[in-house]
Amino acid sequence: MGVTTIKEEITIKFAGDSGDGMQLTGTLFTENTAIKGMDLATFPDFPAEIRAPIGTLAGVSGFQLHFGSRIIYTPGDDYDVLVAMNAAALKTNLGRLKKGGTIIANTDGFDKKNLRLAKFEDGAQSPLEDDTLEGYDVFKIDITKLTRACLVDTSLGTKEKDRCKNMFVLGFLYWRYSRDLDPTIQYLKTKFKSKPEILKANIMVLKAGYHYGETTETFSNQVEVKSAPLAKGVYRSIMGNQALVLGLVTAAQKSGLPLFYGSYPITPASDILHGLARHKNFNVKTYQAEDEIAAVCAAIGAAYGGNLAVTGTSGPGLALKGEGIGLAVMLELPLVIVDVQRGGPSTGLPTKTEQSDLLQAVYGRNGECPLPVISISSPVDAFYTAIEACRIAVEHMVPVILLSDGYIANGSEPWKFPKAADLPAIEAKFAKERTGNGEHFLPYRRDERHVREWALPGTRGLAHRIGGLEKEAETGEVSYDPPNHEYMVKIREAKVARIAEHIPEQKILNGPEEGDLLVLGWGSTCGVIESVTRDLVSHGHKVAHVQLRYINPFPRNLGDILNNFKKILIPEINNGQLSKVIKSTYLKPVEQYNKIQGIPITKAELKAQILQVLKAN
Amino acid sequence: MTKPLTINPLKAKDFATDQDVRWCPGCGDYSILKQVQSVFAELGLDKDEVVVISGIGCSSRFPYYTETYGMHSIHGRAPAFVSGLKMANPDLDVWMVTGDGDGLAIGGNHMMHILRRNFNVNIMLFNNQIYGLTKGQYSPTSEEYKKTKSSPYGSLDHPINPIAFALGCDASYVARSMDRDPKHLKAMLHRSHKHKGAAFLEIYQNCNIFNDGAFFEFTDKATKADRALFVEHGQPLIFGKDQEMGIRLNGLQPEIVNLKHGLFTEDDLWIHDERDIHKANILARFSEISGLPRPFGVIYAIDRPTYEEVAFAQLDDVKSVKGEGNLDQLLAGNMNWEIK
Repeated sequence: MGVTTIKEEITIKFAGDSGDGMQLTGTLFTENTAIKGMDLATFPDFPAEIRAPIGTLAGVSGFQLHFGSRIIYTPGDDYDVLVAMNAAALKTNLGRLKKGGTIIANTDGFDKKNLRLAKFEDGAQSPLEDDTLEGYDVFKIDITKLTRACLVDTSLGTKEKDRCKNMFVLGFLYWRYSRDLDPTIQYLKTKFKSKPEILKANIMVLKAGYHYGETTETFSNQVEVKSAPLAKGVYRSIMGNQALVLGLVTAAQKSGLPLFYGSYPITPASDILHGLARHKNFNVKTYQAEDEIAAVCAAIGAAYGGNLAVTGTSGPGLALKGEGIGLAVMLELPLVIVDVQRGGPSTGLPTKTEQSDLLQAVYGRNGECPLPVISISSPVDAFYTAIEACRIAVEHMVPVILLSDGYIANGSEPWKFPKAADLPAIEAKFAKERTGNGEHFLPYRRDERHVREWALPGTRGLAHRIGGLEKEAETGEVSYDPPNHEYMVKIREAKVARIAEHIPEQKILNGPEEGDLLVLGWGSTCGVIESVTRDLVSHGHKVAHVQLRYINPFPRNLGDILNNFKKILIPEINNGQLSKVIKSTYLKPVEQYNKIQGIPITKAELKAQILQVLKAN
Repeated sequence: MTKPLTINPLKAKDFATDQDVRWCPGCGDYSILKQVQSVFAELGLDKDEVVVISGIGCSSRFPYYTETYGMHSIHGRAPAFVSGLKMANPDLDVWMVTGDGDGLAIGGNHMMHILRRNFNVNIMLFNNQIYGLTKGQYSPTSEEYKKTKSSPYGSLDHPINPIAFALGCDASYVARSMDRDPKHLKAMLHRSHKHKGAAFLEIYQNCNIFNDGAFFEFTDKATKADRALFVEHGQPLIFGKDQEMGIRLNGLQPEIVNLKHGLFTEDDLWIHDERDIHKANILARFSEISGLPRPFGVIYAIDRPTYEEVAFAQLDDVKSVKGEGNLDQLLAGNMNWEIK
């Protein structure tokens, strides 16, 4: 037996064909890592096609895991370890493997056919055989052959045997990283409860992989990562879309309103519909509408009827919903519109992440049509921000756009989940019924926050009409009166602006209160900015990090914070959208860092950018 | 939702709002509004339980003129608002107002889906075969080669047949009436209301400004008896000034027969059966066969579960199997670990 090396953090990329089970392998390894008390972040990388041809570059499916004994903020830049189930997987991912990194390659995936499908030159040697991988630690294992050999005495067909390949990889990695097999065996027992033979085969192969590492001493040593200094408590693992689902269900429970979710399937938001559809015992009504427009309109109908109404989509769907959202602004009904952003414009990059709907969310409707826009900064934050979106919508009678993105939606991290009782209630106030001949009901009378009452059809004595035509102040009757229109435009704006008094002041996430540079982010860039700025602060740089949750209205003290720094840098996965809004709102010059490649900003890229801006002082 | 008994039933005028009605003088919409207000009163409706939802167009101003809850929504989308509202509160008595442009052009998709889903709603589609509010362009129901502002050389569009469309969408109730026959219109509104499910009622409505007289052959005293066929369940198809004409089915072909000539009697005639989808499909196409009268009345009506019924039943089913949701369990999920 070799020695055990202790490491602080490791990034592994599992890559293989869509059919190789890499998502499951990654997920199970992640679970095993979490149980050991390490901190982690993950990011899957799916091919755009559902079943791309086997062995091709387009068919490569990946799962990235970053874990460590310190706090982990991102799924990692470059990989320490690359699992490549075939030539295409190696080719697509080699560029991000660290120099000297480890490759675990399934040699069966590097035969002539696989090389051709992965577009290696005709007659080229396998990269496992030539000098392509010089400088890397390469472990060539014929996983297919070993898996089949392990299952030779079973009655399974070759296809079924080959499906167990990923368990060999997983077992092998468990040996390498000094892990227990038990949690995975437990998982398999549940998953294959009704298929005892498949269950047996999976466990056999998992163990075979483990023993292969042990007995062949392929690696000279084992690696161990200690547990991370996470806060004490009970944890679970959660993906962004899943957290958003839980946030919406929680908001419904906390407001005492049934949840209505109207949606039309769209990547990467569909998992919210799938998730909510499973929670009907929480009185959750999911409605798969005929299109994006019907989805938002049905949600508005449900809001009119007194439900906590939500519609979810991605960029193209938000564009279609624009007119409906405008009506919700006029009707002053509570509504949450979730936009899980993806690469645009048009169909763009459906499976890739981007932050390019910010301007659409803030400005993308006809007429003067302001509404609150808030953003999610991490998978766990999706839970809390979804609740906050519902709170603002219900308590301020306004449609709210909640921005997430593909990176958050599919990423996962450990979550010290709260107790339901510890979460604050959301107060829905309905107009009370009127009997007798009192004064006429005024549907557009407002309170001190400029908020009108939620008057539900079916309430005695409140019969009234609402609609998309401009309304007279207070009565809500149709009005073409010129000064009234101007008044109503201003009051709708003031209503949204006044929400700033009902949200927390902006906090500096880390770094000094004043200094050389403020790195201002929003959404899914939070992890990378936090990681890099902490590092720089610890090295004495006067750099601070602010991550905005509230984009409209901005927190009331944001202007003061901006004034306390010599420079402002805004990193975004778009062409500078928050930069535009900050510049026009605060008339301040800002430095932009824009990456528009459908993938997150890496730590190395951001650090280099920040140092460059600091240097230019 | 329990409602207290209405002690003083409302009168038709109690369903009128204080808003000035702004349709053009002589518009067919006035008659429809009047009949709807009367029917609301005759049905003894509680105005706090009624919601009128419309899209955009002349007809869609309707909610402003009915003293109930109401929503004047956006163009073509009324069915979607209705669907969401019924999912929030299935007990409301919802009436949807739309037109040939709103319901069959921009909103054709939503119309299709509300019909197949069968939400319990009374749909009134005012068909005037023209765009009125935008001042006179051809609509999806306008006849071919119609000359309008947007088609000075004649429109090239083949018109849609609203009744055939609704049947094609598997509507559970399809009927037709007209603005100029208050008695028939009221009867149809009563039937719509009685029907549980999406009741699709096409109402021929005269636009006296941009398409005057589009339906006069069916509504004018001089021609109505010969050109309009009023169908009733279980009754033979008979029309004509002296009820002398009948329709018989020769195979799948409808034929006009004269009952006075002695060759045919009532026994030879097509007996209307609201539940027969095949006959309904033939009736829907009468308008496309030269010489046949235009059918009015309930073309098709069957019972089938409403969307909100099955949706709420499913909620209950899941609750009875899984039990009421426990939020703490949901937040914890299936796999936890503890950091000590």
